[in-house]
Amino acid sequence: MDMQQTKQLARIACKVRMGVIEATFHAKSGHPGGSLSSAELLTYLYFKQMKLDPANPHWEGRDRFVLSKGHVAPALYAVLAQRGFFSEEALKTLRKAGSMLQGHPSMKLTPGVDMSTGSLGQGISVAVGMALGAKLGGAGQMTYALLGDGELEEGQVWEAAMFAAAKGLDHLVAVVDNNNLQIDGSIEEVNSPYPIPEKFAAFGWNVIEIAAHDFDEIETAFEQALRFNGKPTAVIAKSVKGKGVSFMENQVAWHGTAPNAAQYALAMEELGAQLAALEA
Amino acid sequence: MAEIKRTATRDAYGKALVDLGAQEEKLIVLDADLAAATKTGMFKKAYPARFFDAGIAESNLMGVAAGLSTMGFTVFASSFAMFAAGRAFEQVRNSIGYPHLNVKIGATHAGISVGEDGASHQCCEDIALMRSIPGMTVVNPADFQEAYTAVFAAAKLEGPVYLRFGRLAIPRLFDGDYKIEIGKGVQLREGGDVTIAATGLMVEQALESAELLAAEGIRARVLNIHTIKPLDEEMLLKAAEETGAVVTAEEHSVLGGLGGAVAELLGGCRPVPVLRVGVEDVFGASGPAPEMLRIYGLDAAHIAAKAKQAIALK
Repeated sequence: MDMQQTKQLARIACKVRMGVIEATFHAKSGHPGGSLSSAELLTYLYFKQMKLDPANPHWEGRDRFVLSKGHVAPALYAVLAQRGFFSEEALKTLRKAGSMLQGHPSMKLTPGVDMSTGSLGQGISVAVGMALGAKLGGAGQMTYALLGDGELEEGQVWEAAMFAAAKGLDHLVAVVDNNNLQIDGSIEEVNSPYPIPEKFAAFGWNVIEIAAHDFDEIETAFEQALRFNGKPTAVIAKSVKGKGVSFMENQVAWHGTAPNAAQYALAMEELGAQLAALEA
Repeated sequence: MAEIKRTATRDAYGKALVDLGAQEEKLIVLDADLAAATKTGMFKKAYPARFFDAGIAESNLMGVAAGLSTMGFTVFASSFAMFAAGRAFEQVRNSIGYPHLNVKIGATHAGISVGEDGASHQCCEDIALMRSIPGMTVVNPADFQEAYTAVFAAAKLEGPVYLRFGRLAIPRLFDGDYKIEIGKGVQLREGGDVTIAATGLMVEQALESAELLAAEGIRARVLNIHTIKPLDEEMLLKAAEETGAVVTAEEHSVLGGLGGAVAELLGGCRPVPVLRVGVEDVFGASGPAPEMLRIYGLDAAHIAAKAKQAIALK
C-alpha cells in the first residue's frame, strides 16, 4: 500500500475513534476500550476489503460482516457512519430510547448491520452459516467476523471453528482482536485462551498473525486469506485496548466505562491532534 | 375392533422434509448427530448436498442455521427437544428469535414418552421455553397427518417456528385431506359442560376422556390446540364462555406450557376454573413410554377426573 493510501485509512480510523468517544460520551455508557482497539481492522474491512454498497445495504452480492464481539458496536457504528450508511450525527443517539443504534448491534434496526449480536460466541457460528450459504449460493461472497480474545473462552467459538474447518469454508475469515484484556482482568489471569494461533491451527484453520494497528499487515493478511483455498482463515491481530487515547490504553477499566465531560474533551483533543498530524 | 394405525410424529417430520425438499430448492436441513433418530436422515439420503451435520454441538447448530437463513435459505435445524430448546435456548433466543430469522426448529423426542432414556432426555419444559421468545411460533402436532402438514405450513410462514415431535408411535387421528392451519385450533367434539383443550399426543386421550365423561352424562367439548403460540384466543374464549370450565392436557410440565398459556389468557378476561393435566413439577424417569404416560397422569382417566373437578368449581 502506498503512503498516501495508508494515511487516508489512518485518517478514517482516527475519525472512527472520535466517533466512538462521541457516541459513548453522549450515551454515558458503552464499551470504548475494545472499540478503539478494533478501529483499524474495521476501517480496512469497510473501506478497502469488503464488497458493499452503502446505498443498498441489503445487496445480496455483498460480503458479510458479523461483529461477534457485539459490545464494540460503537466502533462498528462509527465506521458505518464514515462509510455513508447513515449520518455521523446519529452516533449521538447511541443507546438512547428509540434510537436505531442499540447497545449491541441489531440487524433489524441499523443499515449496514448484517447480524444481531451481543451474546459472545454466537456471532462466529452465524458467520459460519453465512459462509456456508455463500458457498451453496455460488455467488462467492466472503464472510468476515470480528471476535474478542476473551470471547474465545466461549465453547461455542470452538464448535464453530470445528464445523468451519470440517466443511472447508475458505470464504470465511475470523479476526481476533487480541487486546489481552477482559472485564475481570488480563485474559491469561481470568481463563487463558492462549496460545491462540496454535488453537486455531489445531482446529484446521489457516492462521495469520499481525499487528492490529498496522494497515500494511492488515492488507497482507486479508489478501492472503482471499487467495487461500480449502480452509477458513483466522487472523490473530495483536492490539492495544483503548488505542489512540493515552489514558485509556491498556486500562481494563475502560472496557465498559464511558468518558465524562473532562475525559471526553481530553480524548477528543488527543484524537484531534492525531488527525491534524495525519492531514498535514 | 379394527387395528388403529400408529405412527410417530417424527416419521411425519422426516417424510415431510423429503417431500418439501422436492418442491423447495432453497431448503436446507441441519442436524446434530441424531439424523437417524430425528428422521432427518431421510432428507439426507434424498438430498445429500442440502443436508449438513453439525455434530454434537447444538449451540453452533442454531447459529449456523441463523447464518444460512440470512443468505436466503429456509432452514430446518433438528435435534432432540432437550437440546434444541434446552441446551441451545439462548442461541435460539438471541441468534434466531431476536432477529426474527426464518429458521424452523424441528425438535423430536419431546416429553415423557421418550421412555427408557429417562429424565435427562425427557424434555417437559420446551413449550414454556420456546413460547417465552417474542415472535416464536410453537406447534405441537397431535398425529402423523397434522405433523406432516405442519412442516409445510411452517416452511410457508416467514420467521422462526418451533415444531415439537414425538418418538412414540401414536394413533392416526386425521385423514389424508386434513391440513393444519397454524394458529387455528380444531374443535373435535361438541359439548357444553366443560372444555378439554389438549395438544400433541394428549389429544387422543382427551377424546377418550370425553367418552368416559359421556358415559356419566357429562358433555365435554374437545379442542385440539396444536398451536400454543399464537394461541387461538377466539376459540378458547368462546369455549370458556359457553362451557364455564376448562381442563388443559399436554405432555409437558404443568408450568408454562399450554395450561399456562390458557390460564394466562382466561385469567385476564374470562375467569373460569382452569385445571391443568400435565407432568407435575417433577422430573421423569426410565420406563416404557405407555407406562410412563400412565404413571405421570397423562391419560384419559386423569383428564376425566380433572374435568369433574373443574365442573364442581363452576
